[in-house]
Amino acid sequence: MPRVTYIDTAGKETTLDIDVGTSVMQAAVFNGVDGIVAECGGSCMCATCHVYVRDDQLAKLPPVGEDEEAMLEGTASERRPNSRLSCQLVVSAEMEGLVVYLPETQT
Amino acid sequence: MASDGVVIVGASHAGFQVAASLRQAGFDGRVVLIGDEPVLPYQRPPLSKDYLDGKIGVDLLLMRPEAFYRDHRIDYLPGVRATGIDRAGKSVQLAGGKRLGYGHLVLATGARNRVPPLPGIELDGVCYLRTLAETEALRQRLAAAEHVVVIGAGFIGLEFAAVARAHGKHVCILELTDRVMGRVVAVPTSLFFAEAHARAGVAFRFGAQAVRIAGNNGRVEHVELAGGDKLRADLVLISIGVVPNGELAAAAGLAVANGIVVDEMLSTADPAISAIGDCAAFPCRHADGNPTRLEAVQNAADHARCVADRLVGKPHPYTALPWFWSEQGPLRLQIAGLTTGQDQSVLRGDPASGAFSVFCYRGGELLGIESVNRPADHAQARRLLAAGRQVTPDQAADDSFDLRAAAAARVG
Ligand SMILES: Cc1cc2nc3c(=O)[nH]c(=O)nc-3n(C[C@H](O)[C@H](O)[C@H](O)COP(=O)(O)OP(=O)(O)OC[C@H]3O[C@@H](n4cnc5c(N)ncnc54)[C@H](O)[C@@H]3O)c2cc1C
Ligand code: FES
Repeated sequence: MPRVTYIDTAGKETTLDIDVGTSVMQAAVFNGVDGIVAECGGSCMCATCHVYVRDDQLAKLPPVGEDEEAMLEGTASERRPNSRLSCQLVVSAEMEGLVVYLPETQT
Repeated sequence: MASDGVVIVGASHAGFQVAASLRQAGFDGRVVLIGDEPVLPYQRPPLSKDYLDGKIGVDLLLMRPEAFYRDHRIDYLPGVRATGIDRAGKSVQLAGGKRLGYGHLVLATGARNRVPPLPGIELDGVCYLRTLAETEALRQRLAAAEHVVVIGAGFIGLEFAAVARAHGKHVCILELTDRVMGRVVAVPTSLFFAEAHARAGVAFRFGAQAVRIAGNNGRVEHVELAGGDKLRADLVLISIGVVPNGELAAAAGLAVANGIVVDEMLSTADPAISAIGDCAAFPCRHADGNPTRLEAVQNAADHARCVADRLVGKPHPYTALPWFWSEQGPLRLQIAGLTTGQDQSVLRGDPASGAFSVFCYRGGELLGIESVNRPADHAQARRLLAAGRQVTPDQAADDSFDLRAAAAARVG
């Protein structure tokens, strides 16, 4: 199971072992990681599952899709080059060791 | 009996979110969440989509795992019904005899299925799609069914039809009016969706009124129409809309008119009682301040946040822009703003391409935008409308017009 680490704005780290096929959003919600709201439940409609991916890891993620690109324009916290919607990050073996930073606010 | 705690009646999108937002905002008093369903709070949208389809299990439906409620000191009472409110004594009566005092009471009682007064409505095989329990029953039925009749071509009827068709069932949708989703979307959007479903093999009967559901040995066999036609059915889905749960409020002497009446702070006439989500009729900024009752996740969650803000001493009127989505098979419909009362609709993009938006106007003023498989338009639409910016019909129709720039432009 690939391990993904979530770091909140206070610096608190949570590392989860995530089943391949589960999204980074689902794992966070399911394990009680605060800081991801996921209002639309992963339908790529709300942009409240926003995360910043550690810069050097961007390349190992699947590309940003059309729906994700559109929704990323409406994030509550600043959009940066390393912004992703965690509901669209479905965990694969290549994501082992992924580190995501939680934004200031999701709403 | 009164306490300084917050009691929330109804534990779905709205009720859950008040509790979560109160804790997030640092509220330190007691928070009690009462829900009459016997499960942890869960999300409804997937019920008619991935969950019905068998793509996800119950674990992924839950708003949060059980530990969340413990960790955030939210007293969740599942399977408990509130049966009365004593406003003078500031307490809620629970089924079974207990009373619970409140400092503030939030009514998030939502809505329930509208049940038509049809003979045969009690037959085995007549199904609904609002709660998890109903969806479980429906899912089992669907697996065994061959002929499905859907009564009502709203969002839920259409989402269900898409799944049923994908499972190879014969599906016929009855609709009293002459188009699908007619209460909410513009004509071009209705036409596009009806055509897409028809292409996928769904049969439609418009202007069709079911007068009787007939069965054999207690099991549904066909649906009879006003003209005498009989449609074979071993599963009938009733999806003709909902009724807001306003009885609790009405019995306590609060105003109810197509929902529990609240002001722009989402407070009832009793300052110790708020109402939010599907059960609340609120003066909507995006509908000229007219009393509005919406059925959408965004509405439930944003209402909840507004009330939570007020309860932690940061009151503000509710102004959020309404938005909504529906997924019907491969089609994604996204709506920003409220388009009731529109008198002009303008197409951006070509429906024949499978991706387009409809800009809806009234008296030349942009009311809302419906997007089909055009997520970028929807994203810009939300920003445009939230900022109160306008796009003329000519600009909207011109696919080379830069919506993004218009949404980002500074006013004045
Ligand atoms: C199948 C389906 C699909 C949907 N899809 C979408 C979608 O794609 N996008 C979207 O934006 N919206 C969608 N919606 C709408 C959305 O789910 C609702 O707007 C939302 O659930 C409203 O939340 P609520 O908390 O206000 O009310 P509800 O969800 O109706 O919840 C109210 C809860 O309160 C309980 N309750 C009522 N009275 C009492 C009482 N006296 N005591 C205790 N408990 C009580 C009810 O049993 C219920 O559990 C969908 C709805 C359904 C049913
Ligand atoms: S959960 Fe809504 S966009 Fe990711």
